[in-house]
Amino acid sequence: MITTTIGSLKKKSSSPRVILGTIMTALSGLCMILTLIPLIAVLFFVFVQGFSRLNIDLFTQLPPPPGLDEGGLANAIIGTLVVVGIAVILAVPIGVLTAVYLSEFSHGNKFATSIRFATNVLSGVPSIIAGIFAFGLLVSSGIVGFSAIAGGVALAVLMLPTIIRTTDEALKIVPQEIRWAALGVGAYNYQTVVQIVLPAALPGIVTGVTLAIARAAGETAPLIFTALFSNFWPNVSPQGLVEPIATLSVLVYNFAILPFKPQQELAWAGSLILVFLVLATSIIARLATRRKVY
Amino acid sequence: MTQSDSSNTDNLMMGERSPLEKTLDNGFKWLTFAFALSIGLILISIAVIIAVGAFPAIKQFNFSFFTNSNWNPVTDQYGVIAVIYGTMVSSLIALIVAIPLGVGAAIFLSEDFIPEQIRTVLVFLVELLAAIPSVVYGLWGIFVLIPITTVFGTWLHDNFGWFPLFSTTPAGPSMLPAGIVLSIMILPIIIAISRDSLASLPPDLRQASLGLGATRWETIFRVLIPAAISGIMGGIMLALGRAMGETMAATMIIGNSNRLSISILDPANTIASLIANQFAEASGLQISALMYAGLVLMLLTLIVNILAEYIVNQVKAKYE
Repeated sequence: MITTTIGSLKKKSSSPRVILGTIMTALSGLCMILTLIPLIAVLFFVFVQGFSRLNIDLFTQLPPPPGLDEGGLANAIIGTLVVVGIAVILAVPIGVLTAVYLSEFSHGNKFATSIRFATNVLSGVPSIIAGIFAFGLLVSSGIVGFSAIAGGVALAVLMLPTIIRTTDEALKIVPQEIRWAALGVGAYNYQTVVQIVLPAALPGIVTGVTLAIARAAGETAPLIFTALFSNFWPNVSPQGLVEPIATLSVLVYNFAILPFKPQQELAWAGSLILVFLVLATSIIARLATRRKVY
Repeated sequence: MTQSDSSNTDNLMMGERSPLEKTLDNGFKWLTFAFALSIGLILISIAVIIAVGAFPAIKQFNFSFFTNSNWNPVTDQYGVIAVIYGTMVSSLIALIVAIPLGVGAAIFLSEDFIPEQIRTVLVFLVELLAAIPSVVYGLWGIFVLIPITTVFGTWLHDNFGWFPLFSTTPAGPSMLPAGIVLSIMILPIIIAISRDSLASLPPDLRQASLGLGATRWETIFRVLIPAAISGIMGGIMLALGRAMGETMAATMIIGNSNRLSISILDPANTIASLIANQFAEASGLQISALMYAGLVLMLLTLIVNILAEYIVNQVKAKYE
């Protein structure tokens, strides 16, 4: 028995070291499973509860008065599109051009380092703080009041770090040779960036922006005191942009705590739409990044 | 048209550039610089706007804000000790649950226990966990998690009621389910960063250890984890920052009681959920007090996040 142990380089499967290893492997696997249980539980409940409420009315009608059945959440869907749209219009140019500066023109100077640092700090700022910022900047100062614009500004602040980082990464992957080639045939810096480098990095940038949009659409905290909420159709004229507006995420929050069954069902249906949005964008983003331009 | 085209070619051959194009080129550079600068300005103006908004409350309450637990809009008396306690304890519960699970899962994902393809799917699922909107976790928490934790909390109270943390009978919303939801929401950060730190270790470390006859788990515990520990700690700090600032899930589950109670089975409140709850309907000094609370939250998360980034960068520098 002793001789076999010495003679063989293989660890005996009954030795305490090996058994301990097997137990640890099982434990780490258990950690993995326990981590995924909440995800599966959330997805399961959202799909089961939300699906029963899924119909055409959901997308075409206003929420019912408290306690009454029927109705939908069309105004909140439109509101989410409007508020997120404003955020995209603000955040995409700022984010992309900032990333262009960082990766193309800064040559890694101190200023670029501090802007990258500021981006990281910004990504750690709690979303509710972005809400207070938009409130202080636009609402309490009397510039626009509770409105889609104030909500959009708050969401834009939250989207910026994601857009900057993904664009920065996407630009870094573009091979240096194509920049040299463009400059070599006499292109200006801006031509190189706008016509050669940015198109090459486009899949990565679009992925980042899409993920940021999905994130922003689910944000609630900064909206509950900037965009507030509304039970009515948003105003079609530009006036609608400076009035309180309903959003899906705030609808889920407001209706979840009401003691009425129809409202709770709408909250689940709203959650289903939000989760579907996140799920779809994550999968699309994953497929998009697989395709490489160079 | 053709003339200008040919003159362009001439310029190219001469190596000269038209003044307009030169201006455009410089203008573009300056434009990108200006946008980059705006990121810094946004960050500064966030701090300034909140500080200015908080100023009346800072003047009125000064440091008594941190020693008073009374939050009363009717008498305009505000203090945050209760919500700071709620923020700290709910984040602590989240860390206690999430650290072992997260580090365990990170080890599982960084070793080759299972085929590459399955691992890719698992990593995707963990990312998805981070992408689910917090208001959805809140909704799920209200209808699914609270009933479960109430049963568990009742058991805790019946058996360990002598311990101050479990001294009250659970009646639904409380710190316990809020802490658990927060732990679910910070798990992906801990997993992602721990996994990165483990994966970025040089392979020689592992080979040397295995070559000396250590088993895989002896290598993990005595070589890999010690080498990656600062990265893992950085990840945990980032997660703490996230847990302290997380708003919706906590607001919907924690019960929103501003009374200071030691028991984690009692309804409580966090800084973020206090703001979420009252801001829309607040006026006058209350807004200012809420902004003061927001300033405190921002400073807390800022310190934690900067510390986290510093620690994570330390590790990167060590092995790159």
